[in-house]
Amino acid sequence: MLVVRKLTKRYTTGDLALKGIDLEVPRGQMMALIGPSGSGKSTFIRCINRLVEPTSGQILLDGTDIISLDPAALRQMRRRIGMIFQEYALVERLSVMENVLSGRLGYVNFWQSWLRRFPQSDITEAFRLLDRVGLSQFVDKRADALSGGQRQRVGIARALIQNPDLLLVDEPTASLDPKTSRQIMRLLTELAQERGLTVIVNIHDVPLAQLFAQRIVGLRLGEIVYDGPPDGLNSAMLTSIYGDEDWSTMPIVEHQHSGDAALVSSEMAR
Amino acid sequence: MTQPSQIQQSSITWSPPPWIRPVWLQWLVILGCIIYLILALSTQQVNWERVVAGGERAVRMVSDFLRPDFTARQRDVWNGILESLVMTVVASVLGFLISIPIGFGAARTISPLPIYLLCRGIIALARTFQEVIVAILFVIVVGFGPLAGVLTLSFTTIGFLSKLLAEKIEEIDPAPLEAIRATGASWLQLMDYAVLPQVMPRLIGLTIYRFDINLRESAIVGIVGAGGIGATLETAFDRYEFRTAGAILIIIIALVMVTEWSSTLIRKRLL
Repeated sequence: MLVVRKLTKRYTTGDLALKGIDLEVPRGQMMALIGPSGSGKSTFIRCINRLVEPTSGQILLDGTDIISLDPAALRQMRRRIGMIFQEYALVERLSVMENVLSGRLGYVNFWQSWLRRFPQSDITEAFRLLDRVGLSQFVDKRADALSGGQRQRVGIARALIQNPDLLLVDEPTASLDPKTSRQIMRLLTELAQERGLTVIVNIHDVPLAQLFAQRIVGLRLGEIVYDGPPDGLNSAMLTSIYGDEDWSTMPIVEHQHSGDAALVSSEMAR
Repeated sequence: MTQPSQIQQSSITWSPPPWIRPVWLQWLVILGCIIYLILALSTQQVNWERVVAGGERAVRMVSDFLRPDFTARQRDVWNGILESLVMTVVASVLGFLISIPIGFGAARTISPLPIYLLCRGIIALARTFQEVIVAILFVIVVGFGPLAGVLTLSFTTIGFLSKLLAEKIEEIDPAPLEAIRATGASWLQLMDYAVLPQVMPRLIGLTIYRFDINLRESAIVGIVGAGGIGATLETAFDRYEFRTAGAILIIIIALVMVTEWSSTLIRKRLL
């Protein structure tokens, strides 16, 4: 369970990126965070693992306030929070295996990681994950030899080998083509469900968010302007999130969770 | 139809704008420079007798260089070369090892302000003085010989490598840094996994280049008494043994060419 209370972030430039966010994400929920560029999505998820230092507020993960942790305790906490990035953020000159094993850095000491002598259990798990994401034949390839979709799979394996409780996902599909985007989102959703992970996904692609998330939160100028089910997003809501625009071309997908009632109502509308 | 007629008139002329405005100031500056040049040249009192005598010596020197003598001072020459090579290798390795922590410390993006300032200070100090001046200082401190040379070359290597390493670190892709930090990695692990892989090719290239420079500098610092082939060369010149000096110069040229060639080879293989 992740609880965020009155979270604010003011950058040194004076910009107020987050204006007191209150949010509760129950364990096992897949939540999509949508909003225009500059709405604070990226700042928000980076505040959760303190890649960006919050200005004030509370972030409680299963009751522990992340903001009050000292550096050593913060590193321990970060092991429980996996992160997946827009441009994959792999270390390009390292091999696929090294990139995946880097997810275990919080669990091993410096010499183990320097000599690349990770515990056998970590290596077994890395092979298992690489097999799961379909990259078992790329183990010793350098990361820069992979395609975009393959790189993001490495990114997913790196985050999951941490054995996290919470997954922060920042625009996972922004650099991918539509088909690969769907494959990556499906893989992410499946893996999160298998492991019962809480997931927060920043995503630009509204239909994709509706297809895979159980809940959607809309952010605008550092404030939550929508919080509800995927099928509750209509053109009026989209306007309040993104601003005035013609939303009629946006294919608003009916979500599986919305059930028959929504289908019936859309039938009746015709 | 007005446009073609304008061109036919050819009344519109163009010339490049003056460098300095107004134009009379530009001419004043040029005139001033010419007058200064004439005055400066007129103060140079050239002693033509000495030029002629020097010319004779120059001819002798060049003709001796063309008949290099590798045998007369064989022992001194080979000892000098060996000493220079040892100095170069030791100084390059030592400089490389010390440059890494200083270079990391001097990169603003990854190190805290006090460490940054300290490391930048060390780099500034190491870069302030030219090799020969540093060599003179070390000769005074530790006495004549190759130790002074090794210290000189290590010191200047640190200034060179750390500065360029720090600049490379400051311009690396920050995304992997963020990703590795997010795994709960410690600072040292962050350096090992996110920074080092990104700067390694550059670091190796720079070190090989610096090895080249150190080999050449090892001949220079010897002239002020810091050991190596430079000392032998200096002695040869003092005794007017131009044929031996010629041999030493040829050996230095050959050595530099060999390192140049092998460094190209290593770089191709490694990067």
